[in-house]
Amino acid sequence: MNVGNLPFIVSALLVVLGIYTLLFKRNLIKLVIGVSLIETGVNLFLVMLGYRSEGIAPIYTFAPAGERMVLPTPQALTLTSIVIGLATTALLLSFAVFIWRHYGTLDVHKIKELKG
Amino acid sequence: MNGITSGFGTWNPIAWTLLFIGILIVAFFVRSFGRKDYKRNTGQTKAFLSGNEEPDAPAGLHVSGDNLYWGMVHGLSAYYKRVRKWHSGDLSDYVAWFIGGLALIFVIIVWVG
Amino acid sequence: MSALSVHAPVLLIAIPLLGAFAVPLIGKLGRGVRDVFVGLIAAFTAALAGLLAADVFGRGGAASVYVLGGKPFNIPLPSGMTAPIRILLEVDGMSAFMGLITALVTITAIAFSFSYWKKRSGGNMYYSLLLLLTAGIFGMEMTGDMFNFFVFLEVTSIAACGLIGFRVWLGRSQEAGFKVMTLYTVSGLFVLLAVGLLYGEHGGLNIAYLAHGLTGGLIDKIALGLLLTGLAMKAGAVPMHMWAPDAYGEAPAPTSAVLVANSQASLYGLFRVLFTLFGITVSAATTGWILIGFALLTIFVGVTMALVQNDIKRLIAYGAVSQIGYMLLGVGVGLATIVAKPAYGLVAMQGGIFHMINDAACIGLLFLVAGAISRAAGTRDLNKMGGLAHTMKYTSVFFVIGAFALAGVPPFNGFASKFLIYEASFKLSPFLAIIAILSSILLLAVFVKAFQGAFLGPRPASPGGGEAPLGMLIPMAALTLVVIAFGLFPGFFVERIVTPAARALWFGRDAYISAILGG
Repeated sequence: MNVGNLPFIVSALLVVLGIYTLLFKRNLIKLVIGVSLIETGVNLFLVMLGYRSEGIAPIYTFAPAGERMVLPTPQALTLTSIVIGLATTALLLSFAVFIWRHYGTLDVHKIKELKG
Repeated sequence: MNGITSGFGTWNPIAWTLLFIGILIVAFFVRSFGRKDYKRNTGQTKAFLSGNEEPDAPAGLHVSGDNLYWGMVHGLSAYYKRVRKWHSGDLSDYVAWFIGGLALIFVIIVWVG
Repeated sequence: MSALSVHAPVLLIAIPLLGAFAVPLIGKLGRGVRDVFVGLIAAFTAALAGLLAADVFGRGGAASVYVLGGKPFNIPLPSGMTAPIRILLEVDGMSAFMGLITALVTITAIAFSFSYWKKRSGGNMYYSLLLLLTAGIFGMEMTGDMFNFFVFLEVTSIAACGLIGFRVWLGRSQEAGFKVMTLYTVSGLFVLLAVGLLYGEHGGLNIAYLAHGLTGGLIDKIALGLLLTGLAMKAGAVPMHMWAPDAYGEAPAPTSAVLVANSQASLYGLFRVLFTLFGITVSAATTGWILIGFALLTIFVGVTMALVQNDIKRLIAYGAVSQIGYMLLGVGVGLATIVAKPAYGLVAMQGGIFHMINDAACIGLLFLVAGAISRAAGTRDLNKMGGLAHTMKYTSVFFVIGAFALAGVPPFNGFASKFLIYEASFKLSPFLAIIAILSSILLLAVFVKAFQGAFLGPRPASPGGGEAPLGMLIPMAALTLVVIAFGLFPGFFVERIVTPAARALWFGRDAYISAILGG
């Protein structure tokens, strides 16, 4: 079935939702989720770039002849990006744990010791 | 010789340094015309305060940190109050500045330029 | 030797990476063995960077391509065109110049770290993160592929934030680490979005391939906006600079210098994207004036905020932010006039690019001095320090030289590069030069405040620690030597290393493309 441009619209919506979360939510964990939403939106966008309609997975072994394959490069880009996102989220969450131990709060409007 | 040129002029640091050393030599030469009977660490070097004793250095003698440019910062306080408030330390504000800058750049590049 | 210089681009990335992962293992053998190992890796990397620079500048800054895998990188398509495949590193004059800057900053920071970490634990993790950051910065500078650039951008983000939050017993470092990591990640994701847009539109990730196929449509303009904002934020342009004082202020002192090199590498990425990838295809004049606008804001806000800081490292950090503005000003004037190409455009680019190495040396020196005095005084607050010049004579001389050099006082190197920037930007519009000169004077005022607060005054009540140890004095002396050498012989350095880099950006777009696509 033809989905048209729907995946690109969903990806843009995810990025916008992620930016909204970063701007308007107070809890640090919610900010990390917001960053993760932006990441998901960008990853979805990257995977959709390679899709060709009625394409099959880009694997040569036992591939049926005469079929079109989707592009493999964006899939490699997305895998790399997911792994980078993993490292980033782990670092952000460990900083959040230490901030909880030192400040006693996870409210981003109260963690303002470095200002000016 | 050695130096960099721009559209307007030349900058030659070796020539500048030699000139500077020459001026220092002239200044030292002029200084050597002074009195030679000056003794350090005797009564000749104490400040004259109408015969009173020089008080001991009070605690706040060293002007440090913020106090050095207090006057200038106070004069520009209209600017500083606003700009220091913008550097609020709040992460959501930082992201808001980033998204605001992104929006402005999009407007300039895609619409105008 | 020629084999080493042929493989230098990839060895510059691989050797620090190997060192980063081997340090925890070798650290188990003892502290001395680990220090020797890290020193050897740093020295070898610096030698490689020098070798690569000698090779590239000996050829007049022409671009050279290195294929990972050693096999041919062009495949002929049925249509007759050739398309580049495999990961390609392309090194031209500007990349080699940035490699020199990174090598200088890294080797002095690592040499300073040996005595900075003498009595503390956790050195294994620290050196590992520092070498990983170095590998990432070299990767950003040597690569010829947009997605590879994004990967190394994220590697440096993670390593830099690991170093910023290194002192986990202080709440402020964790706060700084969280804020900086969030902003770096968001800007990195926007860069990835732009790379994805360009890939979807033109079908390739190689910079030369994309540059050849760019048309200037709506998608290209959106990608330009995303790349410009993302990379300018990572470089520290106002109004997106607010992470910079937190980052440079909370990291351990030798690391702050390498973080400045990280920001300069992002600035290099911005220049590579604007000059080589987009060039004159997509509204160069508008982008040039956007850069000039950013530059003026950065120069002015950076230096005025530095005037009211109490913490000495935050003060130097705002000074560093302000100097990024000078580089943006010089290169922005160059980009704004790239179509007409007047003579002062090249002079502006020379000034902006020369200021990168001057600023790296001076800010590195100032951060190392800040580390030494915060170690001696036990605090970083300027209101509580005083009278350190009685005990730390050499350190105060180094601070004075670094501060005068950065503020643009002759005969040091800051004046040489700022002279070029002032004169060239005056020709474009006198207002630019006025703001630049006024801010230089304000920067001198800022450093007078820092010097007065830290060094002058009566002897401190509790004796600090005396003069900084020799292990700290030698890297500071080395950077001072660089500052004085670049100041007294600017003509030699401008002609040999800065002009090929400026010409590679200003004139060299076609040479860059034809090195991969074969003319």
